[in-house]
Amino acid sequence: MNILVCISKTPETTAPIDFTPDGKELKTEGMNYILNPYDEWYALVRALELKEQNGGAVHVIHVGPAANDIIIRKALAIGADEAYRVDCDPKDAWMVASEVGAFAKEHAYDIIFTGKETLDYAGALVPGMIAELLGVPFISFANHLEYENGKIICQREIEGGYEEVEAPMPLVVSAAKGLAEQRIPNMRGIMMAKRKPLNVIEPQCVSPKQTLTGYEKPPQRTGVKLIDPENMDELVRLLHEEAKVI
Amino acid sequence: MILVVIEHADKTVKKVSLEALTLAKDIAGKLGTGVAALSIGAIDGAGQLGKYGADTCFVVEHENLSSFDSTNYTSAITQVAKAKDASIVILSHTSTGKSLAGRLAVQTDAGVLTGVNQFAGLEGEQLVLKKPVFAGKGIATYQLRATKAVFTLMGNAVQPKELGSECPVESFAVEVATPQTKVLKIDRVKGKVPLPEAEIVVSAGRGMKGPENWGIIEELADELGATTACSRPVADMDWRPHNEHVGQTGIAISPNLYIAAGISGAIQHLAGVNSSKNIVVINKDPEAPFFKAADYGVVGDLFEVVPRLTEAIRKYKSSH
Repeated sequence: MNILVCISKTPETTAPIDFTPDGKELKTEGMNYILNPYDEWYALVRALELKEQNGGAVHVIHVGPAANDIIIRKALAIGADEAYRVDCDPKDAWMVASEVGAFAKEHAYDIIFTGKETLDYAGALVPGMIAELLGVPFISFANHLEYENGKIICQREIEGGYEEVEAPMPLVVSAAKGLAEQRIPNMRGIMMAKRKPLNVIEPQCVSPKQTLTGYEKPPQRTGVKLIDPENMDELVRLLHEEAKVI
Repeated sequence: MILVVIEHADKTVKKVSLEALTLAKDIAGKLGTGVAALSIGAIDGAGQLGKYGADTCFVVEHENLSSFDSTNYTSAITQVAKAKDASIVILSHTSTGKSLAGRLAVQTDAGVLTGVNQFAGLEGEQLVLKKPVFAGKGIATYQLRATKAVFTLMGNAVQPKELGSECPVESFAVEVATPQTKVLKIDRVKGKVPLPEAEIVVSAGRGMKGPENWGIIEELADELGATTACSRPVADMDWRPHNEHVGQTGIAISPNLYIAAGISGAIQHLAGVNSSKNIVVINKDPEAPFFKAADYGVVGDLFEVVPRLTEAIRKYKSSH
């Protein structure tokens, strides 16, 4: 079974987020980036488990500049066999998906995994776009996946519950929490990662499908109003008269 | 024309779709165009969608669309959008909408954005749309071509407005092949509004001391007609199911009222809930960081405060 896992980077979850005074750019100075958790903890690890059970190879692909090689090396340290980096700085999901789509068309992958979304822009667009480019099924928000008799059986998150779906390969799957258990790279993995191939590919460079024109900070709350714990009638009154929510 | 894809459960139209129609009407007014609703599968009261802004409601029924398949749903929406010359397609920011937006944008060669919570007007031929980014730590402004766009709208971002009268309902014939995916089973929690759509959410954390104590949270939620949620540690310890976990790595929500009991307010939790319009925090520790992000705070023992609040709401409801 040959599997491609799409990996991206995202600011570390506790990183303070601020923008340049003109609101045009994200302040990136001193920002720590991590491998997107949905890609690392769930998509990559489930791919490795499938390879361990069924044989084959796990490749990772990242669309981004050479500065991001550090997150690619982490994926190799966790266990991916080989990595590809498309050398461009994508502006939106479409730029990522079209590069991955073009690459995947030239290779025969049985499953293409992505995380369900990145933590920064949470667009959740890349996997559906890749599936459309390849003309294959797309199973989103998978939190359980088994390979049985040549088919993939997934449980996916839907509003207020779960859906169990069967799909043929090849297909695209986006990974949600629960699909696998996080693996911490060990020293041997880290050493081996240095010798694994990290291939750099030239980009196609399509035009983006969205234009980000600026940022702002969310409105600040005006300050907490403390209520006497003995007097919940007062809280109910405020929620009704002031907040108008009940 | 703006096409709004209607979501429904048991033939009942979901509130998120009424919100999407209300926004579509607003945008259509500025563009001088009309609004059409599209339901895949039969719904009750399709004509009622006219009251929220639809000029027509198209209903597509086909045996190959009887369960969700992203390829077939995308194909059906594209066929209607092309036949009716839709310039903008609005979906809801739900598992269905998120699963379709990318495919649809590629198939119709449209600009695309997901998780929109505000329409900020037109800039020439461009739609100006805003969405929370970095798990609510920022808001980004985007422009999409108004002549060809697909976007998903977050729940509770728009208040549905009943303005017009009933609209005509037309069935629309599409051609779709046998789906490649097969839905084997659907497990849905009955009677509860799903978290992303909930107007009121009652959430609890480690301060509950154990899963056996959740009765008081459920009683409060029942009294308010709210959906229950929890913090990450509580889901990780299996005190509560994972689909209740709200926060940066769980579900991001923006209800009108979020009540948090026994949650200290770690930055990752705040990130997923700080788009809530009103936040009430109940915690015995006056230093809990969550108080800084709250509108109303109660410093006290949640095992006393929560039942007291439930009782106060019960009393309020019986006198109103």
